[in-house]
Amino acid sequence: MARSRYLPDRGLTARMGLTMFLLGLLYVVLIVVVTSYTNLVLGLVIAFGALFAQWFFSDRIALYAMNGRVVTPEEAPQLHGIVDRLCALSDMTKPTVAIADTDVPNAFATGRTPQRAVVCATTGLMSRLDDRELEGVLAHELSHVAHRDVTVMTVASVVGVLAGFLTRIMIFSGMGRRRDSNGAPVVLVVMLVSIVVYALAFVLTRALSRYRELSADRGAAFLTGQPSALASALTKITGEMGRIPNRDLREAEPYNAFFFAPAIASGFSLSTLFSTHPPLERRLEQLGSISAQLGRPGA
Amino acid sequence: MSWLGRLLGRSTPPPAGLDALFAVPGAALTLESATGLRPTGLGSVAFRAAEGGASAGSVAEAERLLSADGSPAVERTVDSYGFTWLLVRHDPADVDGVAGLVTDLHAVNSTLVDNGFGPSLLCSLVGFAGDDGRRLGLVYLFKRSTFYPFAPSGDQQRDTAFELQVRGALGSDLPVEPDLSRWFPVWGAPGL
Repeated sequence: MARSRYLPDRGLTARMGLTMFLLGLLYVVLIVVVTSYTNLVLGLVIAFGALFAQWFFSDRIALYAMNGRVVTPEEAPQLHGIVDRLCALSDMTKPTVAIADTDVPNAFATGRTPQRAVVCATTGLMSRLDDRELEGVLAHELSHVAHRDVTVMTVASVVGVLAGFLTRIMIFSGMGRRRDSNGAPVVLVVMLVSIVVYALAFVLTRALSRYRELSADRGAAFLTGQPSALASALTKITGEMGRIPNRDLREAEPYNAFFFAPAIASGFSLSTLFSTHPPLERRLEQLGSISAQLGRPGA
Repeated sequence: MSWLGRLLGRSTPPPAGLDALFAVPGAALTLESATGLRPTGLGSVAFRAAEGGASAGSVAEAERLLSADGSPAVERTVDSYGFTWLLVRHDPADVDGVAGLVTDLHAVNSTLVDNGFGPSLLCSLVGFAGDDGRRLGLVYLFKRSTFYPFAPSGDQQRDTAFELQVRGALGSDLPVEPDLSRWFPVWGAPGL
């Protein structure tokens, strides 16, 4: 297949870049405030205020980043019909349904509570998948909502944010104190510990994220009873996602080091950052074993 | 879902409640006096069959049980969303009328639950029609044990005003679903 068929969606990239930039800017402002007043408490309040805002407005941030448009049942009867039925099966409040006009095949669900959730599919996803596969993907996203993954991941990222914050404080205060003779070693130790904690928190949060993905796959497979349809959707999407420049987005977010909960991951998209998702083989393997389980007599 | 289940990401579809259906015969009388709509004698149940041989075998087994002597015969269709519908007919002029239909529907539902489809049950529908050609489906949500009216008026159009009127009329007879966003349309459902 020709590489050029999957051109980057520049509008989407720009929006994501802008969102990241704004989030990064927030943290730059934070650091400036901290260093000019050296008021640790104020700095912490801002850091967690921003984290809280990211959690609180997760639905709006993600919709803006993906350029999602809320659609009525009249505009998208099939999409609404699928979501309606999944919600009735799982006894969930129906989330807001949105569509993002982009050729990138993807979907995400976000929102701080199931009552304020948004589920969004891209036009690229809907054109590539058949109804059974689309249902599988939407069930996966609704499982994220039911598992309250936005809240879980935000809480999980607090340690990382704290450690990253501490690292930077130490760097700045360390530079200030270098004129004194004895302060440096202590600062270095604290800095080193902060860096190690930060790295550990990073790895652990990613691992947690992968576990949540597998849980959402499992929830979707049991809800629809069609693990193979979801597996087929995953194969189709990841096959095409490889040619879509997610890597560029990642490299364009230097401030993600400041902002630990990756900005876009506050919407749990099916196939964004590779490291936040388990490898395709692992997901297909799980779905295959669920399929075998469902196929056994007496299951 | 429990708090722990949520935290651990272990969601499973909730079980289905069946018994609230028995409130339908009483509600049918209220509906007739309030709106003039009468039961058509058609009722249906929708569920999601899982992939694979075991599920197909269970559906066949449930159908076999239901077409055995003295049990209602059912018609099976699969809709565009992949849900299986079983349609039950019961002559409304029969002595037991709509109560007989509800008994038959309940037999179908409990057979499905016995065959492991409890978590996969979507909804049950009892059809009503008026002399003026108006149609109404009383939809029962298994996971909520609540009902809502669905009144299609033409292609992909629903008569919301009439649905709300029915809600007002039936409020004291049936547990009507309070969350209007759960009143999803079931276009072309068997039994409507």
